Amino acid sequence: MVTVLIAILLPFVCAALIPLLYRQLRRVAHLGWFVLSVPFILFLLLARYIPQIAGGKTFIHTYEWIPSFDINFTTYLDGLSMIFGLLITGVGSLVILYSIFYLSTKESLHHFYCYLLLFMGAMLGVVFSDNLMVLYTFWELTSVSSFLLIAFWHHRKASRAGARKAMTITVFGGLSMLAGFLMLHVASDTFSIREIVANVEVIRDHTLFIPALILILIGAFTKSAQFPFHIWLPDAMEAPTPVSAYLHSATMVKAGIYLVARFSPIFGGEAVWFWLVSVVGLVTLFWGSFNAVRQTDLKALLAFSTVSQLGLIMSLFGLGSVGHYYGYAENTVFYTQASFAALFHLINHSTFKGALFMMVGIVDHEVGTRDIRRLGGLMALMPVTFTIAVIGGFSMAGLPPFNGFLSKEMFFTAVLAIRDVEAFSISDVGLLFPIVAWVASIFTFVYSVILISRTFFGKLQPDKVDKKPHEAPLGMLLSPIILCVFVVGIFFFPNVLGHYILEPAMASIYPTFPLTSELTPHIHAWHGINAEVLMTLGVIIIGTILFKTLKRWKPLYRIFPQRYTFNTYYNRMIEFSENSSAKLTNRYMTGNLTHYFIYIYVFFVALIAGYFIWSDAIAFDFAKDSTIESYELILVFVMMFAAVWMIFAKGRVTAMLLNGVLGYSIAFFFVIFRAPDLALTQLVVESVTTALFLLCFKYLPDLMPEASHKKVQWSKAVISIFVGATVTLIGLAVVHFDRFEPVATYFNDSYELAGGSNIVNTILGDFRAFDTMLEVVVLLIAGLGVYALTKLKPRKEETDHEN
Amino acid sequence: MKINDVILRTVTKTIVFIILTLGIYLFFAGHHAPGGGFIGGLVLASGIVLLYLAYDIETVHKGIPFDFKKVAALGVLLATGTAIGSLFLDVPFLTQAHSYINVPIFGKMGFSTVTIFEAGVALTVVGVVVTIILSISEDE
Repeated sequence: MVTVLIAILLPFVCAALIPLLYRQLRRVAHLGWFVLSVPFILFLLLARYIPQIAGGKTFIHTYEWIPSFDINFTTYLDGLSMIFGLLITGVGSLVILYSIFYLSTKESLHHFYCYLLLFMGAMLGVVFSDNLMVLYTFWELTSVSSFLLIAFWHHRKASRAGARKAMTITVFGGLSMLAGFLMLHVASDTFSIREIVANVEVIRDHTLFIPALILILIGAFTKSAQFPFHIWLPDAMEAPTPVSAYLHSATMVKAGIYLVARFSPIFGGEAVWFWLVSVVGLVTLFWGSFNAVRQTDLKALLAFSTVSQLGLIMSLFGLGSVGHYYGYAENTVFYTQASFAALFHLINHSTFKGALFMMVGIVDHEVGTRDIRRLGGLMALMPVTFTIAVIGGFSMAGLPPFNGFLSKEMFFTAVLAIRDVEAFSISDVGLLFPIVAWVASIFTFVYSVILISRTFFGKLQPDKVDKKPHEAPLGMLLSPIILCVFVVGIFFFPNVLGHYILEPAMASIYPTFPLTSELTPHIHAWHGINAEVLMTLGVIIIGTILFKTLKRWKPLYRIFPQRYTFNTYYNRMIEFSENSSAKLTNRYMTGNLTHYFIYIYVFFVALIAGYFIWSDAIAFDFAKDSTIESYELILVFVMMFAAVWMIFAKGRVTAMLLNGVLGYSIAFFFVIFRAPDLALTQLVVESVTTALFLLCFKYLPDLMPEASHKKVQWSKAVISIFVGATVTLIGLAVVHFDRFEPVATYFNDSYELAGGSNIVNTILGDFRAFDTMLEVVVLLIAGLGVYALTKLKPRKEETDHEN
Repeated sequence: MKINDVILRTVTKTIVFIILTLGIYLFFAGHHAPGGGFIGGLVLASGIVLLYLAYDIETVHKGIPFDFKKVAALGVLLATGTAIGSLFLDVPFLTQAHSYINVPIFGKMGFSTVTIFEAGVALTVVGVVVTIILSISEDE
């Protein structure tokens, strides 16, 4: 299954190539054309597997990474990851096609596409990983790359603030999810999602099961902008519109949905899961749609609409988890249809919301504003854009003949059905589900109508817009048109999608259910006069009335005081943590090197000496030690002499030379004790540091006798003595310390295992090569740090970066 | 102030080659005898530093026209590259392979992927040490 590996790695490889090649490529054509090939090829590669996946096959492949810790790069392609894979690459292709016309070549396109490809790869990594740790890594990578994308126009303060907000909230969720993953690992002893699903009966009784559930859900909720974490999504709209269309309609925000879907076989039957997922989803649905109505910025309106639609999908997965509670039975298999509706709406939402975001981008691009108070009357001037808006908007409002209608009807069916469930004490509040859903749908209808009518109907206000409006070029219209074709096409042929794409995904969500065809309802556009259709009619009638009387009830929003919003709380929290951490940091980061050494040494003594004393490990048996030769004693006295003299040295050069005496003497000891590797290293390091010192020497001030208080001097002396005593104690005690397994066995086998007879090197290059690898990276970072500190000092006039 | 450094320069001319040869020897000897990537790189770096001490930066740069930041980056790329490369051969991360091949003239010689890894370490050490020394000495 090398395809999936290619799918994950190709975006990363291309992202790495862009900085190297963009100068050459830029001369040929817009960079986007080259980048476009990546998701397009991946889409075709993945699409080849659709028939096999629909036939019930799954593909798994494990590339061993750190097998000793059960962390492996396991790719898993099944129905669920297929849906997301197709969305990421498919919508990704269209977004890049759109961005070619949206972003001018004057922008720093190489950054933009580099981040976009990073994001795409991370997203594909999330959905194709079976290993929890790898999934987590990619999950955080989506946060980082989306941070870069949102802050793409980083000269704008709002962009940076929005990016930081998105990052703070999603990374907070990610960390909580990591804790949840680790708990799952403790409970199940594996990091593989498949294996956890297979052993779910065993881990269900574990005490960490419910905490893991809640922590993982927090991760999913923050990523999918669920109430009350939704506040980052509207601010993230500072990103360029192609990014909004991609990240905030089709991909990143759906990672949380993916997580919920992926984990529902594990947690599905739990009451906590049902209540959290469905109620948080419904609240988000209502709150998002309610707030979308009052927005005046088109993108903000769409942002709240996305929040609300994500809530809808989330709540459907919650309702669908009832199916897990009952298990497979003929009369309860019906409840699984909520999950089916969720998957269906997931795809529908990506199509119509993608089209709508691109439409708003076109309006912004051609008219120069997104403010609905300044827009109006564009219908005659931009007929194609208008058509896109109508198709997307009506689909969002849930009207026929568009795909949103079908999934919204199924949503109504699900909330109506949930009233009769006799579990989790749903029946007490069962009626609330359809009511909230219905009210939220009314608001959805209202804001969809606002979106269309305020932009395209009414009078044109030429004095309020920056540019003379005209229709966008064909290239920019192409992507939303393709999405609109899907919006209409899915309405007329929903069962093709249902059979080939949704059915295998249902099998992933309900792995214990035998027949997948039963899980896949036949989707009808017309299903007779029933409660759902009447609800839709009600939505249209009441929605129209509300829209007509919008001016009269809009003051309602002002009742809710601004200082109780979540945004205010978020800002206050950030302000508090910034202030308090600044205070704390200023207290101990004094800029005085002596203080830092005191912290390090006190901590060292407390931890190391403390541990040795606490564990009663200090035991000396001098009989075991080898005899001390006279020349060793001489060397020791030389070193002691140098060390003591150094304390009282008057000049820097003297101190430096004495320090050198210490270093070279240690090298001598290494020679005596037959450690030529260490002796060599010590000698060369000593020489290089001496050279370094000589270079710095002329910049350093003269060594001044410290005019400090007697007390301070004494405390320093005490600390020094303690440090020395601790090191001596460790040296003496370590010979008898047997708490850890000795590594000596490796020494004997180094030639057989690693083919090298130099033990030091086989340890560095083979047995513990991971340490060495990271040390090399640290070394590079340190070197670059010194370079940056000395070379790239900002000039005075450049220090002010704020705008 | 112009320092009279004739002796230093004359000595350096001969000694640098000895140091550099020693560094390369240490690097290759590392598998079975004292040496290895870190120490080899350090010796090479100290040789280059000696050159910089004896001559000025421009002169040395004419002879060794490398950007040492890039050398360090290349080193890290090599080291992490061999680690990741093992994934593509379907073995765990950081797995190293070694074998013996009969080479004309030299006879039986051991070849190991550790050498590439160590080369990465050596290049990083050289790059970082020289970068640090250069940036500190150039600082005004």
